[in-house]
Amino acid sequence: MAQISLMVNGKSTSAEVEGRTLLVDFLRGGLGLTGTHVGCDTSQCGACLVHVDGAVVKACSMFAFEADGADVRTIEGMAGADGALSTIQQAFRDHHGLQCGFCTPGMVMAAAALLKDTPKPTEAEIRHYLEGNICRCTGYHNIIKAILAASGQDVSALAAE
Amino acid sequence: MYEFEIATPTNIADAVAALAEEDAQALAGGQTLIPSLKARLAMPSRLVSLTRIPEMKGVCRADDGRLCIGGGTTHATVAAEAAEAFAGLAALAGQIGDAAVRNRGTLGGSLANNDPSACYPPAVLATGATILTDRREIAAEDYFQGMFTTALEEGEIIAEVRFPVPEASADVKFAQPASRFALVGVFAARFADGAARVAVTGASEGGVYRWREAEEALSETWSPDAIAGLSAPAEGMIDDAHGSPAYRAHLVGVITRRAVAAA
Ligand SMILES: Cc1cc2nc3c(=O)[nH]c(=O)nc-3n(C[C@H](O)[C@H](O)[C@H](O)COP(=O)(O)OP(=O)(O)OC[C@H]3O[C@@H](n4cnc5c(N)ncnc54)[C@H](O)[C@@H]3O)c2cc1C
Ligand code: FES
Ligand code: FES
Repeated sequence: MAQISLMVNGKSTSAEVEGRTLLVDFLRGGLGLTGTHVGCDTSQCGACLVHVDGAVVKACSMFAFEADGADVRTIEGMAGADGALSTIQQAFRDHHGLQCGFCTPGMVMAAAALLKDTPKPTEAEIRHYLEGNICRCTGYHNIIKAILAASGQDVSALAAE
Repeated sequence: MYEFEIATPTNIADAVAALAEEDAQALAGGQTLIPSLKARLAMPSRLVSLTRIPEMKGVCRADDGRLCIGGGTTHATVAAEAAEAFAGLAALAGQIGDAAVRNRGTLGGSLANNDPSACYPPAVLATGATILTDRREIAAEDYFQGMFTTALEEGEIIAEVRFPVPEASADVKFAQPASRFALVGVFAARFADGAARVAVTGASEGGVYRWREAEEALSETWSPDAIAGLSAPAEGMIDDAHGSPAYRAHLVGVITRRAVAAA
């Protein structure tokens, strides 16, 4: 067992965890933050993406003990305190960037990480960045569109497809 | 996942001591190890986390001009911090997996694992890099010993890798689209003295190897045309659902030419 203390969405938390407890299980089971999803067992789908000290990581491929002292942000921390959607979340809604919504938390966390480093990405840069995020529903097109829109760029060129 | 103890040393000496216990295993970025633990393919009694060891992290230039990268340095950091000194290597690191994998996965973890399709081994072999462990220095030529097999001893830790920096280089990977690993990947490098080196990943059953015929031709003339007439032998190439040995051998030629053109 290990004693850990970390910040999650701006709040400090301490807990005792087993060595083998994955960060995603600690977030979902320990803290009830079930917005972070688990879509695979092989580290390939990206549904579980969260930010750890500002870097996007797969919460299913990191142990909770490794997050000791870290600042973690999950999808629950993306909207404002009053529930107002973030720019990225609003763009997903406006541009129909989700269908079932299962991949969406991971997509939004990836998009936020991309836009932090590259505020005006090209379509190709967005597609490359989302290589580790699998969506079974949308065909990706509207996700790309939503992220372009969230970065304040014109999406009319993409609209035709 | 089976249960295990954990250790979180903050220096290499303590990590080596923690690894001395039977069935103890190092944990770096976990991007290979954690999926294997989930699948119960690995059963360590203790995991020794290497992520809190500052002396294993970072990118710097040695006095002799070689680029030194700590074994615990993530792919994302190499992509960002090696860009100026060694663009070919930085671009390679930026093509590994996806952004989240690059934020956790490390150079040392990739080399210790020595997946036959991994991206770093051909860069290490083609540049003739040196692997510094907690106890010795290993030349790239002696380090890679076949698929998932290396010269590392039980509990030995890759602390740093020193890369001679070529004058021109490029890594081109023909990605297997589901795994994003290389179906065939080539690192081609030309050094200031004109010597060319070509190393291939993803293709051979023996793991990463140098394509010496191409090296000879490219040392004479560094141009894709210089190797247009060469074909890599299909014998000993990997045969799986993604490609036959003949297909992989064909790709080795095509990808090497692209790498030379891109360098
Ligand atoms: C979706 C996905 C896509 C990927 N795509 C690619 C790709 O395109 N190309 C590619 O090359 N790789 C790819 N990888 C693998 C990735 O690069 C891993 O990060 C890397 O292979 C292992 O590094 P790690 O730091 O995560 O090591 P870990 O998983 O922590 O460890 C791997 C092994 O190395 C040992 N080890 C770790 N560090 C050291 C050290 N310093 N000294 C000695 N032993 C050590 C461990 O004990 C373990 O046996 C991918 C992984 C995933 C999940
Ligand atoms: S749950 Fe699929 S990558 Fe984490
Ligand atoms: S919206 Fe259903 S998986 Fe992406």
